[in-house]
Amino acid sequence: MPTSTTAPRPFRPAVSARSMLLLHRVLDRRIPFWPALASWLREAPRLYGAFTFAERVTKERLFGCRMCGQCELPSTAYACPMTCPKQLRNGPCGGVGMDGSCEVYPSQRCVWLMAYERADAEGHAEDLRRLQRPIDQRKWGQSSWVNYWLGEDEDLWTDNPADAPAVRPR
Amino acid sequence: MTVERNGTEPRASLREKLQRGDFVVTAEIGPPRSASLEPVRRKARLLRDWIDAANVTDGQSAIVRVASWAGCLALMQEGVEPVMQLQCRDRNRIALQSDLLGAAASGIPNVLLLTGDHPRFGDHPDAKPVFDFDSIHLLWTARAMRDQARLLSGRELRLAPNWFLGAVENPFAPPLQFRAERLGKKVAAGAQFIQTQFIFDVPIFARFMQRVRDLGLHERCSILAGVGPIKSLRALEHMCRDVPGMYVPEDVIRRMRGVPEDRVAAEGLKLCSETISQIREIPGVRGVHVMAFAWEDAIPEILRRAGVRREPARSH
Repeated sequence: MPTSTTAPRPFRPAVSARSMLLLHRVLDRRIPFWPALASWLREAPRLYGAFTFAERVTKERLFGCRMCGQCELPSTAYACPMTCPKQLRNGPCGGVGMDGSCEVYPSQRCVWLMAYERADAEGHAEDLRRLQRPIDQRKWGQSSWVNYWLGEDEDLWTDNPADAPAVRPR
Repeated sequence: MTVERNGTEPRASLREKLQRGDFVVTAEIGPPRSASLEPVRRKARLLRDWIDAANVTDGQSAIVRVASWAGCLALMQEGVEPVMQLQCRDRNRIALQSDLLGAAASGIPNVLLLTGDHPRFGDHPDAKPVFDFDSIHLLWTARAMRDQARLLSGRELRLAPNWFLGAVENPFAPPLQFRAERLGKKVAAGAQFIQTQFIFDVPIFARFMQRVRDLGLHERCSILAGVGPIKSLRALEHMCRDVPGMYVPEDVIRRMRGVPEDRVAAEGLKLCSETISQIREIPGVRGVHVMAFAWEDAIPEILRRAGVRREPARSH
């Protein structure tokens, strides 16, 4: 089911930030196995399709993933910003209610508020200060794991915007 | 503070006034739902000797109105320095950069860049929400256009724009502890001045400003505190219920409900000028941004009572 065609709604992650931060260490691209796997998947379209499907099913369940293909979860304590109705990549909008409700779906909690609370509880609130670049809209539906392992999302955010201008190096 | 000018002195711009340390006043002008700019011109003439610049909103509350750039051109013709608002709800990155260039090419000196209200509660809830960018992407891109003379694509601009870049922040929206940090992200992306959401709770705002000062942000951008008068109990109810991110504390509601019906407007005006006097004392506040929808003629009296302006500046 292509989730990218349904309207985004705040999603409460089904797993703790701590377990995912640990899992991320296992999936770290500096471990040579992963880039090798990713290169291999890229060469085999049917396997890539199966892998991407598995990623979609898993991440949809856990994070409400919509397959933007350029995962920000490691910066947001694993609350997906693409489930924000405004798809904000850099933090909560000014419309969050005093009770923490989403401006667009008042019965739901702002996903960025969840991100902040989860990050803060894990001592990762600093992660939310990174400047996130605009996404590449061509990557919808791609495997963000493969993109990550191949280093293709290396430029997704920066801690130092003065030295790293918005304009991407060509 | 009354700024006296003689007829030959050129008017300083909003940017110059903030640089030299004036306490500035900006106001919000909502353009009409009509094929006419006369209401904008009328409000401009009413306010021009009292304010330093005026924002023209951009499809505020996701309701169709005259475009911000058109309202800004009318303001300039009436002698009011405009602040063009531009939001990401209705445009992708191509349209945003085109509109930014259009503003620069037309001589609009200030742009205020925002994410925008979601269409769900506007007059076209069936519209496609774009949100290709968020406000920080837009600020960052605008800064690159100005300082690097490049579009986001990397393509060069033959002539770089020279805007004064603005953004907004809401000190009253959770997570309150993160709001100053978020402001810091906007400053890092390029924001040079900030206008805040309506302030009805001064202590919360003061705590926000404390955090802003702790981060040193007040030295890197000018913070203009958002205020506005409550005209009627109906307006108050609308603010509390329909305006996203609006926080009106209980004691303000009690105070407004505690006066006879015919004195609500006077009380609202008084409350607004008192709020300005209080927030003026908070270190790091460089001015006020007055939002008085459909009640712009109250602005001079509010400023006079708050002691911000004693008399209109020179007519020009």
